[in-house]
Amino acid sequence: MIGAVFTKRSQLEPKNKLASFEAAILPHLSSAYNYARFLLQNESDAEDVVQESYLRAFKYFRGFHGGDSRAWLLTIVRNTSYNLLQQNRSRQLVDSIDDSTEVLDPSEYSNPDTVLRQRIDEDLLKQAIQELPLNFREVLILREMEELSYKEIGTLCDLPIGTVMSRLARARARLQDKLAGKINQEI
Amino acid sequence: MNCEESQSQLHPYSDGELDLTKSLELEHHLRECAMCSQAHDDLKTLRKALRSDSLRFRPNPDLEARVKSALRREANGGRQWFSWTWLIPLFSAALLLIVFSGYLLTRSSSDDLVAREIVSSHVRSLMTSGHLIDVPSEDPHTVKPWFDGKLDFSPPVRDFTAQGFALIGGRLDYIANRPVAALIYERRKHQINVFIWPAVGGDIKPTAQVQQGYNVIHWTKSGMTFWAISDLNLAELQQLEGELEKP
Repeated sequence: MIGAVFTKRSQLEPKNKLASFEAAILPHLSSAYNYARFLLQNESDAEDVVQESYLRAFKYFRGFHGGDSRAWLLTIVRNTSYNLLQQNRSRQLVDSIDDSTEVLDPSEYSNPDTVLRQRIDEDLLKQAIQELPLNFREVLILREMEELSYKEIGTLCDLPIGTVMSRLARARARLQDKLAGKINQEI
Repeated sequence: MNCEESQSQLHPYSDGELDLTKSLELEHHLRECAMCSQAHDDLKTLRKALRSDSLRFRPNPDLEARVKSALRREANGGRQWFSWTWLIPLFSAALLLIVFSGYLLTRSSSDDLVAREIVSSHVRSLMTSGHLIDVPSEDPHTVKPWFDGKLDFSPPVRDFTAQGFALIGGRLDYIANRPVAALIYERRKHQINVFIWPAVGGDIKPTAQVQQGYNVIHWTKSGMTFWAISDLNLAELQQLEGELEKP
């Protein structure tokens, strides 16, 4: 009798694990895909990375004890993406920027001459984001699209908060410059 | 707060990461400085655009299904140690075992059959009414050419008188459904028949057996099958086998 109950329980357990995993993590599929897609800049790579990340996440789900499940998943997506990028050395892994030079320099920020006063063209903006170096791009995506805090981004990307802040500022400044430049070119 | 400070705090302010005191200072500056205020407006415009849903990459509708089925496979794979696919190699292994053991059985039984033929032939050759030797000669150069034209192979013929095994002649015989060469050696009045014919398989190490009181040694080497039989004791017969095996 007890044996029967035990068998039933152990058979049910994996199903419960899968069900609770899917309930907690599957809703973040679109975040995971968007992040991977911006990191890898390739649709099929992003799809593969998302699938691989979900399998990894499922494997380590026992080790996840509460907290922000989306940030947890995005960390796995990031690691999986970087593994792939490292394999495909042809694509540049790190658009090497020296963190020590990331001092807040006011001249880096948008100046009134290049300001965008009209509505921003989304196609141009999307293109401008993709032209950003990987380090800037991912911080920007995590902040603006996934709305993670500096602290969460710092944990996810293993960066000091000051670096998150300066990269974010520089990424935005570059976007503004690029957009302004493009609009000027079109006129 | 001056403009330089203000510019560096604009981003954390906009992100809600600036503490209250600094936020109040910045707000105060923005009210007074048109340039910084404009920069703040531009930042807000950009950030609003960045938050637009249409900027995101949307996954294909089938990605979720793909991920789900991969997860299901993973979950099942972890749970089920048994799977029908396991049966395929299992079946092949079993089949292989049956075929192989069948081969071993038929092989040993055919060897057994040959051994009996060897004994019959040996016994017949020793009977007074039978015939032991077709070509009586202790000279290999007489015996070996004699086989030419009578067999479709050339058996190795050597004399081992120096080792105590005198070649006394050769004979044609018929074993295992084929004509074979029989070499007759003698040691202390004991006759030894050595049957030789081309082998089918690879080399086989010598195996000794006793058939109806006779010692029989069988081996295959360099494409020839050898059967040595005699009423001589096994140790001495093995000695001859050793001589014959030498290249």
